[in-house]
Amino acid sequence: MNFSFLPKYYKFFLSGTGYTLLLSALTVVFGLFGGLALALMKTSKNKVLKSIAVAYIEFIRGTPLLIQLYIVYYGISDLPMLAAGVIAMSVNSAAYIAEIIRAGIGAVDKGQMEAARSLGMPAFLTYKEIIIPQAMKNILPALGNEFIVLIKESAIVSVIGIHDLMYNTDTIRGITFIAFEPLVIAALVYFCLTFTLSKVMQKFERRMHVGD
Amino acid sequence: MIEIKKLCKSFGELEVLKQIDQVINQGEVVVIIGPSGSGKSTLLRCINLLEKPTEGAIIFEGFNLTDPSVNIDLHRQRIGMVFQQFNLFPHKSVIENIILAPTKLLGLTKQQAMIEGEQLLKSVGLSDKKEAYPNQLSGGQKQRIAIARALAMKPDVMLFDEPTSALDPEMVGEVLEIMKELAIKGMTMVIVTHEMGFAREVADRVIFMDEGQIVEMGKPEAVFGAPVEARTKAFLSKVL
Repeated sequence: MNFSFLPKYYKFFLSGTGYTLLLSALTVVFGLFGGLALALMKTSKNKVLKSIAVAYIEFIRGTPLLIQLYIVYYGISDLPMLAAGVIAMSVNSAAYIAEIIRAGIGAVDKGQMEAARSLGMPAFLTYKEIIIPQAMKNILPALGNEFIVLIKESAIVSVIGIHDLMYNTDTIRGITFIAFEPLVIAALVYFCLTFTLSKVMQKFERRMHVGD
Repeated sequence: MIEIKKLCKSFGELEVLKQIDQVINQGEVVVIIGPSGSGKSTLLRCINLLEKPTEGAIIFEGFNLTDPSVNIDLHRQRIGMVFQQFNLFPHKSVIENIILAPTKLLGLTKQQAMIEGEQLLKSVGLSDKKEAYPNQLSGGQKQRIAIARALAMKPDVMLFDEPTSALDPEMVGEVLEIMKELAIKGMTMVIVTHEMGFAREVADRVIFMDEGQIVEMGKPEAVFGAPVEARTKAFLSKVL
């Protein structure tokens, strides 16, 4: 094993990791809001909203992320790379998160909705105070998985030139002619990120179970 | 106070309620009895529109609740409901369950709501459970909290949908006791129950329903003591 490139190029890994984290964090936020909106649309009684959500979710889940990324990047002119990456990833993960949230909301006992509504609480307040907090317990484990998938999948944005961890790893391989070892470093970094995240999620889950 | 006019409810092909007409007066305690599947719970749930009537109208304090332009949420604040399965909010403590709606909907400050909530807890005999979570309570305690939660909105009428049917037998009494006290205080109540002893003691009027219709109605002494209709007799002979 030849790790002689590390002293000279470790900053590349660091900045790459920074971009990967930034991209993933933004995607998590947008994906979560997008997913929540889609889930509410899909469960709504309004047929138009419902069809839009169903079509969106089916289409996004039925096409490769790579193509979605290219479509966003080349389809919208003058779009900065990072924006294209965030948009494509968010659009993609929103569809998956929508399904996770919908299933989680569906698993909350119907009586909870009835009890809240019978007190006079409007639908929105009921979702906010009663349904979503309980759905979170069902949603959180699956959502944690989705976030982990997202960090790993984000490597794909390197194909449009975003200087994320994957891209910088490839750059180092090109400059140093060391084909293998940089990949090991990159894999370790990805693993550290996902492992930390999974531990954090576990902690959250435990805290959610107050009152069980 | 509540006028039910030509109320019909169908689930698909199945007609659950057939042309129900009924008036419930201020301060009245009405108990609805009948075999399962007779439509009594559906009737109750139509009053606050948890079930949407297929036809007919519900007039509550002069407002037609079935009119789509009426803000049903505002009127539901005046109509308390207690469910067979309690439906307490499991992620909130007992006191949070009680003060949630008053603070969010009636504009009470948290402090005011707490003071009133504690009084309600005292009235249902559960002051010591203030900070407990629903899963730490017995069925009877849960139902008493559910009653307190509904009362926290200071409703004009209370609907009870088989409030003791999910309870272990030894806990039925404590819940009925609370309901009795409410009736004595003059609360307007509509109760679906299988507790015939309770019905006889507390009801101002008993309604016997079967197959989506009101078969017989009257003072408890009359319905239980001298039923006229054959179906009423058959039902009572099975349950008494």
